[in-house]
Amino acid sequence: MRFILGFIGIVFAGVLLISLITGLSTYFSNPPAPLAANVFHKEPKELHLASDGPFGHFDKQQLQRGFQIYSEVCSACHSMKLVSFRDLKELGYNDAEIKKIASDWKTQVPSINPDTGEETTRKALPSDSFPPPFQNEVAARAANNNALPPDLSLITKAREGGAAYVYSILTGFQDQPAELLKKFPEAKTPPNLHYNPYFANLNIAMPPPLTTEGQVAYAPGNPKPTVDQMARDVAAFLVWTAQPDLERRHAAGIAVVVFLLFATILGYLAKQQIWDEVHRGVRRTGPLDPVNQAKTRRAKAKAGIAG
Amino acid sequence: MSFSWAKPYEPKHPFMRWLDDRLPLPRLVYGAVGGGYPVPRNLNYWWNFGFTAAIFLAIQIVTGIVLAMHYYATADGAFNSVNQHIMRDVNAGWLLRYAHMNGASFFFIAVYIHIFRGLYYGSYKAPRELVWMLGLVIYLLMMATAFMGYVLPWGQMSYWGAQVITGFFSAFPVVGEPIRIWLLGGYAPDQAALNRFFSLHYLLPFVIAAVVILHIWALHIPGSGNPTGVDVKDERDTLPFHPFYTAKDGWFVGLLLLIYAIVTFFAPNYLGHPDNYIPANPLATPAEIVPEWYFWPFYAILRSFTFDFILPAKLWGVLAMFSSILLLFFLPWLDKSPVRSGSYRPVFKRFFWLLVIDVVLLGWAGGGAPTPFRNAIGQICAAYYFLHFLLILPLVSAFETPLPLPKSITDSVLHGEEAKAAPAGTKPRRAKTATAVVE
Amino acid sequence: MATARSAEGSTSSDSGGEGVRRRDFLNVAAVSFAGVGAVAALAPLFVQMSPSQDVLALATTEVDISKVQTGQGIKAQWRKQPVFIRNLTPKEIQEADAVPLSSLRDPETLAERTKPGKKNWLITLGVCTHLGCVPLGIGEGENKGPYGGYFCPCHGSQYDTAARIRAGPAPKNLFVPDYQFTSPTTVTIGAKG
Repeated sequence: MRFILGFIGIVFAGVLLISLITGLSTYFSNPPAPLAANVFHKEPKELHLASDGPFGHFDKQQLQRGFQIYSEVCSACHSMKLVSFRDLKELGYNDAEIKKIASDWKTQVPSINPDTGEETTRKALPSDSFPPPFQNEVAARAANNNALPPDLSLITKAREGGAAYVYSILTGFQDQPAELLKKFPEAKTPPNLHYNPYFANLNIAMPPPLTTEGQVAYAPGNPKPTVDQMARDVAAFLVWTAQPDLERRHAAGIAVVVFLLFATILGYLAKQQIWDEVHRGVRRTGPLDPVNQAKTRRAKAKAGIAG
Repeated sequence: MSFSWAKPYEPKHPFMRWLDDRLPLPRLVYGAVGGGYPVPRNLNYWWNFGFTAAIFLAIQIVTGIVLAMHYYATADGAFNSVNQHIMRDVNAGWLLRYAHMNGASFFFIAVYIHIFRGLYYGSYKAPRELVWMLGLVIYLLMMATAFMGYVLPWGQMSYWGAQVITGFFSAFPVVGEPIRIWLLGGYAPDQAALNRFFSLHYLLPFVIAAVVILHIWALHIPGSGNPTGVDVKDERDTLPFHPFYTAKDGWFVGLLLLIYAIVTFFAPNYLGHPDNYIPANPLATPAEIVPEWYFWPFYAILRSFTFDFILPAKLWGVLAMFSSILLLFFLPWLDKSPVRSGSYRPVFKRFFWLLVIDVVLLGWAGGGAPTPFRNAIGQICAAYYFLHFLLILPLVSAFETPLPLPKSITDSVLHGEEAKAAPAGTKPRRAKTATAVVE
Repeated sequence: MATARSAEGSTSSDSGGEGVRRRDFLNVAAVSFAGVGAVAALAPLFVQMSPSQDVLALATTEVDISKVQTGQGIKAQWRKQPVFIRNLTPKEIQEADAVPLSSLRDPETLAERTKPGKKNWLITLGVCTHLGCVPLGIGEGENKGPYGGYFCPCHGSQYDTAARIRAGPAPKNLFVPDYQFTSPTTVTIGAKG
């Protein structure tokens, strides 16, 4: 049997070797042409938010500004279906404000006319999730040159780089570098697309959403609404939409880790204590020594004590 | 039990005596994980991972049962039931979900270390072949359970994982495609597949728990192995499981739970893939599709076959991937060396560490986009994997000269921590002193 | 050397009281920490069963009562439970008021069960206080039972025109939820007021 198994091993290794050789020979005889995206794609810029790190918490003022940008800019195309109006309470809005935000929302919630049974829409309630700007994917594509604006509820968890990715995309729109066009003339950004080196294939369907300073008017006491500031704020807001649990998670995590640290240290000390006699050889001469135990048993038996 | 000096169960409380006379459950527990199970006294910390794995199995079952109370297995609702309902609305739902998600990874970490410990110390050798094989059955069941669990959130990776893994079966000629369609209950993963995966994902952990019991039962016949690989000779070689190993396992579980808590609370998505936060879309495959980290080595083997040599490359890949696990069942007969522990096998030891590096590299090769360099590394490592088990191990076991073994476990322990793992003969002076004291 | 060690060992085991106590303390502390941890870990397993945030968010329901004529009733839904909204006739009010409180199993006047100035609007949960069935009597032509209110078909509880229990196994009157008239024709059930 060992011969059969050895043979199988050699066959597998042999086929792998052939695969390796053919793969390498194709690679060298016919090297793959580099793509513009391999050369010009950039990793997300650095972005520091209050929610970073194990002690991170949300900057509620910033989240409110980010929500303002979402509602005034992004929500024209991007849905946020997993988040409900009632969740805004965590941003520091009170019940009345939330009720107003919901009923003033630009799109309404599908409903049924109670008298006729016909389909209709009604104003959103705090218990509703954010109604999407488009009824369905077909409508969304039709309105956006056949591109589908992704739902933003989980976007910072659904993209490598998270909030930094969102921030980089929002601030990364630029003209195509001349070098790129020289090297890859066929990679010219097609019409209706926009060059953005932070996007995987460099050309994103979304037109630059944040273009001018003051595009969104912040309430007094907030920083100046520069494009960079607005991008930061909306990225911070989208961290919250994706992980509303973050603050609770960090708080619970610190308690659990501290507890486990103590429990583990105590457990270790108790284990050392229990093993002490084994480590020090007490077992040889101590009461647990089998020879001694046998002696004790004999002595007890002699004395007529049971057990 | 296995050893004549194993302490019999003596009920202390009258109620326990009453119970023991009718249902000897306390006796069973006492003999299995209590003072009635003599364990070699020289186990090192690599022996702690079996207990740890059992703890993580329990965590998975408990968190899984409560998550099933909130999850809906529908193609339309599954993604939202996880990412909206459980993560946002259910009380402590985020905690349960993250604990379950990362618990799977930690279960695999514990089991992988447990398996490699077995490989190094020859735990698969007689008389523990069945312990080893039952362990492999657990491992296979774990892989099936983990795969089906990963499908349940119905994100992009879930969906395409289901598509790709059931696609393995289509590699087999004639029967392959019908089997795939039968498994999915359709032509592509959809409601039927999701529902049956949910059902099986709920069932299999209990099957795993049952096989774990068989695994421990089979282990308790010869008793635990030990780092010297020398058989237990007398009572001085062993310590009762309780309190010695309960204390040792206990604090060590605390340590691993600490690491697990750090990941779960502060980097819960570190081990996952961002694409699984995008709802399943049957019309578009993600740019890069990789399984969870614990499948990477096998994924590398699968895609390393790129040349149609007699059989199609796809079939080679699938056959090799299944073989890479199944060959482990033959391990007790591939490695015929009478010496169990790798510590006394100088040649084997070197190849063992080569295998560890090989599997880590295979994981790296399977965990990223298939570039030519990554593929080449994957192919070399996959070839070594098969050669290691099917060729090198039998040859090494036939020609290697092992180091002299200690006379007994007690001899190897010598009261001195520094001498614990050293073979007898290398430190004769200390050995002599210890023996003298014993006598 | 080994001999020295064993000597040391026996000293520590001989030293008696204090050593034993320290040893016990550590073990007891470690085991109790593990116990506390296990109990704390049960907390999320219990709280996950209580109503989730989306369920709690549906705490109020607005009902339009403009179309409910005197003598009619409607069934609304609040927290997935039926709510009976009944526009009582003067005769029904009179009948309810005529009953002496002492004869009731759960003594309450109709005025206590309605809002001031809105004595004709009787709003109760449509859940029998016996074992939770939905009593008959709100729909047109349904059996109102011998007391002219509601009749539970499951176990025969009979309620009067103020939805008070009069006969049968139910212990309490039909429950009056919190509600509020937000306008003369709309009522918000679940809102305190």
